[in-house]
Amino acid sequence: MNRFSYVRAASAAEAVRELADPAARIIAGGTNLLDLMKYAVEKPTRLVDITHLPLATIEDAPGGGVRIGALVTNAALAYDDRIARDYPLLSSALLAGASPQLRNAATTGGNLLQRTRCYYFYDPATPCNKREPGSGCSAIGGLNRIHAILGASENCIATHPSDMCVALAALEAVIHVEGPDGARAIPMADFHRLPGDSPEIDTTLRQGELITSVELPPPAFGQNHTYLKLRDRLSYAFALVSVAVGLNIEGGTIKKARMALGGVAHKPWRKPEAEQALEGQAPTLENFGRAAELLLQGARGHGHNDFKIELARRAIGRALSQAAEARPQSQTDKRIR
Amino acid sequence: MSPSAADASASVGAIPIRITINGESHALQVEPWTTLLDLLRLHLDLTGTKKGCDHGQCGACTVLVDGKRINSCLTLAVMKDGSEVTTIEGLAQNGDLHPVQAAFVEYDAFQCGYCTPGQICSAVGLINEGHAQSREEIRELMSGNICRCGAYVNIVDAVEHAMAHRRQSPRNPEARS
Ligand SMILES: Cc1cc2nc3c(=O)[nH]c(=O)nc-3n(C[C@H](O)[C@H](O)[C@H](O)COP(=O)(O)OP(=O)(O)OC[C@H]3O[C@@H](n4cnc5c(N)ncnc54)[C@H](O)[C@@H]3O)c2cc1C
Ligand code: SF4
Ligand code: FES
Ligand code: FES
Repeated sequence: MNRFSYVRAASAAEAVRELADPAARIIAGGTNLLDLMKYAVEKPTRLVDITHLPLATIEDAPGGGVRIGALVTNAALAYDDRIARDYPLLSSALLAGASPQLRNAATTGGNLLQRTRCYYFYDPATPCNKREPGSGCSAIGGLNRIHAILGASENCIATHPSDMCVALAALEAVIHVEGPDGARAIPMADFHRLPGDSPEIDTTLRQGELITSVELPPPAFGQNHTYLKLRDRLSYAFALVSVAVGLNIEGGTIKKARMALGGVAHKPWRKPEAEQALEGQAPTLENFGRAAELLLQGARGHGHNDFKIELARRAIGRALSQAAEARPQSQTDKRIR
Repeated sequence: MSPSAADASASVGAIPIRITINGESHALQVEPWTTLLDLLRLHLDLTGTKKGCDHGQCGACTVLVDGKRINSCLTLAVMKDGSEVTTIEGLAQNGDLHPVQAAFVEYDAFQCGYCTPGQICSAVGLINEGHAQSREEIRELMSGNICRCGAYVNIVDAVEHAMAHRRQSPRNPEARS
């Protein structure tokens, strides 16, 4: 690890002031940042420890939703009684991710900002536009089994690796941040970005901004939800493809549908047309198939990851069936039904 | 004593922390880039906690911080100022093995033993958390600990036994039922 100075922020304002230095980084759980520092991918000259800020609570939000502090750990969030009861999709996605030890340390804010697991991004001996803008993309024409099939560019085909974020996208969360110009709120759909010609930028967070909380709208998907994660090993592995689904079904008709895909793009992948195609329709396999086609429109493989297109198509169909039949995927008994 | 913006220059180099390890309080000077794992192994000679991958991928470095299991390789010692850390060396009491340690011996839950301190600390954390009831849940909630020797079946047996023992033990004030 490189040498750096360390400061413990006493207030959010102090953390924001510290971030005026572009070589400074926030540290929360440390599970992604320290990992990247050990590989010399991140080389901050100053770490700003925010773990003493009062941002570890889950509170009522105006309008019937809930506000999750940026420092709430992934474990505390997943097992929180209210979250497990009112937002089981979020609990499920969190419990599908990482390991119990990592979830005890990882925070809500850090999970949002975790970086891609692209092998080349992690290896400073190889070209990578995300790590070193302009150096090229080793994954295009290289090993790209875990890479994107949607929304990629000729500069980067990396995916965002988070499970939590896929659920937050389907739940239409809002990210609250504080920065040098004050506070603002960013809808989840706009928080992560596509690589385009600046793959080094993962999100729309501005220089110097601190995530303070994540707000969820009032609970929407009582029984009809699922988080289906497909990966090379049943636990403690990142998604090849994952699907978060929330449905509102009344009298045999889908009133509201929300779907997001993980492991397939630079951000959790949503497509309003695919959701609208389900709304007002019956929950049938035929309708699910049409929604899957719409959600995957424009999908393109890069060689090793070609299989992901068909895998995603089937996973979407299965996840919609699970949600419609109120049989959410168990994150313990991994059998897919 | 805690570093703040005002004494930023003082925080380059060693920083004073107070940390309780296995019941013993230590006042230490640590460099900010020292992980909790390296503090334990290199500075305090507590080599029971193992370094497998150093990247959060194996669980060999699992310790309990304020009762919760974490990977000590992915946390900085300086961030654990004021915390209570329990390592494998701190589990036995007055010469008696911790029930989880005893269960690992009884069920032969290891071969080479390299992953074992992490497995045992992880199992103690799992039992404290109280989310596992079934064998299946033990398997899933022990999945953060890799065993290259493949002793998994016996590890689950040991944890299952220790969990049942804890529930039944009348002397355990923390027993859940
Ligand atoms: C072996 C392994 C397996 C994993 N498997 C999975 C998995 O299956 N699914 C999954 O979803 N994740 C997985 N993870 C990733 C894990 O979820 C992330 O490392 C974790 O969520 C990051 O949170 P943190 O608090 O530790 O972040 P940190 O490492 O502390 O920070 C990460 C980044 O966020 C910034 N940051 C943190 N908090 C804030 C804030 N409040 N405001 C502004 N910036 C902030 C930091 O500056 C840093 O750039 C895995 C990790 C490992 C090591
Ligand atoms: S896919 Fe993106 S992160 Fe991976 S090598 Fe290419 S530019 Fe780098
Ligand atoms: S050494 Fe920490 S997880 Fe492997
Ligand atoms: S006993 Fe050898 S690695 Fe687990």
